[in-house]
Amino acid sequence: MTESSAAAIGATRDTPATRRRALFWQVVDDYSLILIFIALFAVLSASVQYFFSWDNMVGLLLSVSQIGMVSCTMMFCLASRDFDLSVGSTVAFAGVFCAIVANATGSVAIGVAASLAAGALVGFVNGAVIAKLKINALITTLATMEIVRGLAFISSHGQAVGVSNEAFFTLGSASVLGLPVPVWVTLACFVVFGVLLNKTIYGRNTLAIGGNPDASRLAGVAVDRVRIAIFLIQGVIAALAGIILASRMTSGQPNAGEGFELNVISACVLGGVSLMGGRASISGVIVGVLIMGTVQNAMSLMNIDAFYQYLVRGTILLIAVLVDQLKNRRQAR
Amino acid sequence: MTDAPRLEFRHIGKSFPGVRALSDVGFSVRAGSVHGLLGENGAGKSTMMKILGGEYIPDEGEVAIDGRAMDFRKAADAIDAGVAVIHQELQYVPELSVMENLLLGRLPTRFGLVDRRRALAWTRERLDALGVDLDPRAKLKALSIGQRQMVEIVKAILRDAKILALDEPTSSLSHRETEVLFRLVRDLRAQGKAMIYISHRLDEIFELCDAATIFRDGRKVADFDTLEGVTRETLVQRMVGRDIGDIWGYRPREHGDIRLSVKNVSGRAVQQPVSFEVKAGEIVGFFGLVGAGRSEIMRVIYGADRRLTGDVAVDGQPVKPSQIRDAIRHGLVLCPEDRKEDGIIGVRSVSENINISARRNHLVAGLFVNDRVEAKTADGYIDRLRIRTPHRRQEIRLLSGGNQQKAVLSRWLAERDLRVLIVDEPTRGIDVGAKNEIYNVLYELAGRGVAVVMISSELPEVLGVSDRVIAMCRGRIVAQFSRDEANEANVLAAALPEGASATPTPAR
Ligand SMILES: Nc1ncnc2c1ncn2[C@@H]1O[C@H](COP(=O)(O)OP(=O)(O)OP(=O)(O)O)[C@@H](O)[C@H]1O
Ligand SMILES: [Mg+2]
Repeated sequence: MTESSAAAIGATRDTPATRRRALFWQVVDDYSLILIFIALFAVLSASVQYFFSWDNMVGLLLSVSQIGMVSCTMMFCLASRDFDLSVGSTVAFAGVFCAIVANATGSVAIGVAASLAAGALVGFVNGAVIAKLKINALITTLATMEIVRGLAFISSHGQAVGVSNEAFFTLGSASVLGLPVPVWVTLACFVVFGVLLNKTIYGRNTLAIGGNPDASRLAGVAVDRVRIAIFLIQGVIAALAGIILASRMTSGQPNAGEGFELNVISACVLGGVSLMGGRASISGVIVGVLIMGTVQNAMSLMNIDAFYQYLVRGTILLIAVLVDQLKNRRQAR
Repeated sequence: MTDAPRLEFRHIGKSFPGVRALSDVGFSVRAGSVHGLLGENGAGKSTMMKILGGEYIPDEGEVAIDGRAMDFRKAADAIDAGVAVIHQELQYVPELSVMENLLLGRLPTRFGLVDRRRALAWTRERLDALGVDLDPRAKLKALSIGQRQMVEIVKAILRDAKILALDEPTSSLSHRETEVLFRLVRDLRAQGKAMIYISHRLDEIFELCDAATIFRDGRKVADFDTLEGVTRETLVQRMVGRDIGDIWGYRPREHGDIRLSVKNVSGRAVQQPVSFEVKAGEIVGFFGLVGAGRSEIMRVIYGADRRLTGDVAVDGQPVKPSQIRDAIRHGLVLCPEDRKEDGIIGVRSVSENINISARRNHLVAGLFVNDRVEAKTADGYIDRLRIRTPHRRQEIRLLSGGNQQKAVLSRWLAERDLRVLIVDEPTRGIDVGAKNEIYNVLYELAGRGVAVVMISSELPEVLGVSDRVIAMCRGRIVAQFSRDEANEANVLAAALPEGASATPTPAR
């Protein structure tokens, strides 16, 4: 045996008991969220009528599809230690803008393209201001949140903008292989962004920047460029979510997506994405989104007053953060 | 003295997931003595100090003070018991001033508002009494690492602790700061404090310590009641478990054409233009006192800081100013001085930290990260530099300081077309055995034609490793020596500011 392999073994030398205990906690840590979700799902299936039915499952997935899409990009944003409050406004503006352009040009495709471009522009402005002008992300996106919401109201004169072209509605309501299109789009987002995060330089650099921006820069990461890309892509996906939402509601509504950004961030945090940056996983985010959706869905089925739903959502988020904190503390000791 | 020792560790054991950091370790420290703690990187020294400081709770065993077993549950418990630990990774509040840091939590709360003038006078008086040259109003983030360390030490002294532990306090101190520290430690010993002193610099151990304990792989391997008559070789042998022989292990090499050429380069922190050249296969050591501008000029050359004037070329091809990525494309890289701030990405794995830059060279289909190659690269360096980690997926912040340093160095060794390697204090916080390994890596790279620039504040290291020595002082290159010409006296004399005698200038 060489010296160095002896040293490596020395470092891992362990009694069976401690190893078993460590392994146990590791499993609990890694799968706690999924276990919670499965337990929640089982309890609800057994206790709430209609919960475990195909129609309700499809409805549940449909209801989380917007949050699901944007959670993917928000995951990148949080992972790089940034923050984006403007996505809710972008959702509203994109829906309105798409409807207006589609009506004016008579082409849904042009409306969609214009709306996605507008989303990209919002994201680019966010990213450029944050990365290049070094202005705090919270402040920057708070400002764009207000501005973009304002644009949505101004361009729609405060009214819902209906679309005359029937083709527009298929986007939100058509089914492929038994699942609605928005659900497919969300699934595609999970796959694409999951691969981006784990398998590409872009994803790894995002996590590195979140872990330590200065060290990342010195290691040759194009920090500014990555940050701008993160926000730009987030703008596009938020716009996509807005278009799909408008299609489902058959009109672009300027007050759509209020509080959306917080739901998205909650889902991410629930899914174990660290607000301190550097830690994120797509499986966590998926489970986070599903937990949010499941709770919401069950509360509706049980006819719980919408006002109380706020309480429940907030409580769940708080518990999730506490669990995370406890986990970290145990690891530190 | 027949009484119980002031401080005693009894059968301490501590495990982390996948790592047995300490097993059944015990030793004791007398009042009025300085006890050296030695061991390789990852041997468990800092872990022991965190247990003493109440930050970790041991799995087995106990800490006893004056024969009484303590049960520290949190840092405050240890402070109350008269223990002050100055950790390797400093904990301070960067936005606060020296004064506020020193007074943090020490102001009687019933006074309500702070009387700034009185606090200032008090702080100044204490600093003067201790012979520490610091502006009480300076914000900590504006100080050099060494100065921040002094603040921590003064804080512990002011707390009037009876047990004081210093975990690698001198790794980033200037000569003068080190002298001040040594004087403080001797004073404290005379006052009857019990002290633990951790360092990888054996000279300091011999100079300062009355007794010593050596750790290896989380176990105690040797205890010395006195260092009288103990040789350096003995200590090294017990620490590393083998004979190292000549630590420098220098072998002469052929030098090729000019690889790195720096002409009239200046930046905001280095006003006067600097020029020098390094040949392929040559190792050039930059010596200077802390604050001489060595790190600053290297950062400008690399592109980390803005280049105001001048040209940098690698193999005759110009490197764009202020663009790190262009420097890396030319094979010019920098391994930074401040490991924690600029080097490691703490929450990412060892493997990520090693592969972050080089991965662009082996993408699958030009897009996807090649996990197989990266695993092999990471495992290769973990093995070769003996980076002590349970596996390559461990978060790098959980490694011991010296092992983090090795991982950061590996990042650049993994570059495919490395031409110029600038290393800033590459062996800071690294144990003797690993130092030797790092020198060998530098020789090997130079042997392959890499131009190596090494900044170091340790003169013996500069003299032992370099083919050529450049001395810097106050932002200027003041002298150059070939390996044969250079010796302690002439290099140090050149690096000292004019008019100064053997006492160097304070750090900036
Ligand atoms: N919080 C932690 N979680 C997991 N492993 C840890 C943790 N803290 C320390 N370790 C491991 O315990 C071992 C001992 O580390 P320690 O920091 O005590 O070494 P050290 O002797 O101080 O080394 P150095 O000279 O490099 O500072 C190392 O293998 C390290 O990786
Ligand atoms: Mg240590």
